[in-house]
Amino acid sequence: MTISKLVLIELWKRKSQLITGLLAITLGISVIVAIQSISVVSEQNVARNLDNLGANILVLPQAASIDDYYTSDIDAPTLPMDYVERILTSTIAGVDNMSPKLTRRVKVGDQSVVLTGIQPKSEIASKPLWQSSGLTGAEIKAACAPTQSDNKSHGLEDEKLKRKAIDTLNYNDCLAGSQVAKRLKLNVNGQIKIMNKEFRVVKILPETGTVDDDRIFANLKDVQTLLGIENQVSAIEIMGCCNAISDGLLGKLRNILPDTRVTTIGQIVSTQIETNQLMKKVTLVMLIIIFFVGGISIGNYIWANVNERKREIGILRMMGAERGTIYEMFLLKSLILGIVGGALGYVFGTLAGVILGPYLAGIVVKPLYLYLLWSILLSVAISLTGSLIPTYLAAKFDPHSNLQED
Amino acid sequence: MILQGENVLKQYHHNGGLINALNNVSFKVNKGDFVTVTGPSGSGKSTLLLSIFGLIRLTSGTIIFDGKRIDNISDRKLTDVRKKSVGYILQSFALVPYLTTIQNVMIPLALEKIPKKEQYKRAAAILDYVGLSDRMEHLPRELSAGQQQRVAIARSIVHRPQIIMADEPTGNLDPSLSLEILDFLKKINRDNKITIMMVTHSPVAAEYGTLKLHLNEGKIVESSKVKLYSPELLNN
Ligand SMILES: Nc1ncnc2c1ncn2[C@@H]1O[C@H](COP(=O)(O)OP(=O)(O)OP(=O)(O)O)[C@@H](O)[C@H]1O
Ligand SMILES: [Mg+2]
Repeated sequence: MTISKLVLIELWKRKSQLITGLLAITLGISVIVAIQSISVVSEQNVARNLDNLGANILVLPQAASIDDYYTSDIDAPTLPMDYVERILTSTIAGVDNMSPKLTRRVKVGDQSVVLTGIQPKSEIASKPLWQSSGLTGAEIKAACAPTQSDNKSHGLEDEKLKRKAIDTLNYNDCLAGSQVAKRLKLNVNGQIKIMNKEFRVVKILPETGTVDDDRIFANLKDVQTLLGIENQVSAIEIMGCCNAISDGLLGKLRNILPDTRVTTIGQIVSTQIETNQLMKKVTLVMLIIIFFVGGISIGNYIWANVNERKREIGILRMMGAERGTIYEMFLLKSLILGIVGGALGYVFGTLAGVILGPYLAGIVVKPLYLYLLWSILLSVAISLTGSLIPTYLAAKFDPHSNLQED
Repeated sequence: MILQGENVLKQYHHNGGLINALNNVSFKVNKGDFVTVTGPSGSGKSTLLLSIFGLIRLTSGTIIFDGKRIDNISDRKLTDVRKKSVGYILQSFALVPYLTTIQNVMIPLALEKIPKKEQYKRAAAILDYVGLSDRMEHLPRELSAGQQQRVAIARSIVHRPQIIMADEPTGNLDPSLSLEILDFLKKINRDNKITIMMVTHSPVAAEYGTLKLHLNEGKIVESSKVKLYSPELLNN
């Protein structure tokens, strides 16, 4: 026997009580981990997605948020495709390229997939990784093409790398993102049935680490017909010349495109940063609440445990256990509770993030392993703090007056 | 002499008044004595037994154990004396409910931080001595009352104490089981020269004493020594 063994046996024998003791702390940590893992990944993703857009201006329906643009729910608003013509026929200068797209979340079997209609030729295969996979055709002449150092930042050294358009994407053909291909077990030249229409997978796209990995790309016209949303698109991505943007290109576009939001990537990024800062504040408030609620709940649990074991404490003190031994017993127990609570909280929070991430933020959440350490440290700190007072009182118990109670 | 009490006083405040639970009690116990403490309910027997090694703090008086004063030492030192030199047996067995027989017996050894292997060896040997080798993995609730008290006895002697303090060890047992336990205590007392101080209500149990103290209203009103140990007592 050792005191640690005694603690473990007691814990194990009363393991059902554990759940009550751990509930608050586990729940709290789960929520924090879920929020954090979604917001951290979404932060990275938004940056990467926008970076990868190849465009620097986004035209969205007035009612749409940037989240709608990524999550692509069934009822996400759309804007008329005529707007592309309208821009082309206008006298506005500085628009190098436009790629309209229609995006919708659809079911393939029992899986949820994002289907994106794109217009070949105009769709910028800006995604540097796409280019390297030989997908692309003619180079788009762009006044604001990324510099070589931009490309280097994507880990691509090819100096000839320029923004190029996807050459062809025939009707009934589709491109599959790497994640979705894995999920649906798609092969090149294999078939995929989307809403009763067979598509041939012509290419599985290399992994980009963005929402594109979870998308299936097909011809815009095809997708419009399939979804029954003729002549409508979810967004128009515009490659605008930097000088033109500073000369008021956005305002000019707004004038000819009613009911739309015309924003630059820069604005979106700063909105996203604001959102993330808000999330950080929310997390901080949560943290404070969890510290109190979790601490009090663990303290309450330990106090109940101390009372239940008054007699045992008396017996041990009678046999020569020092006050320190009583501290050791209850603080060790609370340490174990903290570790278990933190680890469970991390697991549940990460699961929640991974499961809910795609629905809430349209992103693929990967576990943040470092958060396991933080979750456990936080939980242990809360647990030990909460147990301090009940443990102090337990060690102070008069051994004799607790001996005879039954 | 192993234990000596001098003018031991324990007062309780109760509803504004003072109760003398122990009223200037003095006694001397020699090594190997089997002390029985008798007296009516409320006469201070438990108070005496539990205050000697500090489970109850005395109001005043001197207690000398093994040549050293222990009435005025720190809580920590008293705890250490209990851990190394004293074994307790209570009427209610006082076993830890979630630990098995052998684990309960190993507690005093665990508190002394004795290596695991030796703990097991010593606890198993003692359980054999009290006849419970076949109940080592049982939980207290899976044992009969007599068996539970034998576990408590094993636990009180496993760390080889100099003295065993027993408060009505047979109070919860029927007469034949009581005799079994009393015989056991006598055996321990004789075999190992362990001093025993036992509080009891029962006149039969009191007959086991070599030093008999009788308390009334906090005072020792009778003290008698039995010089010779009479073996026929074992058989009644
Ligand atoms: N905590 C306390 N507060 C006040 N009085 C107490 C307290 N503990 C014991 N007493 C009193 O001290 C006296 C002695 O009590 P003690 O428990 O020693 O009696 P006892 O001889 O062991 O009795 P019994 O045979 O019933 O066990 C009693 O009158 C009791 O009421
Ligand atoms: Mg009593």
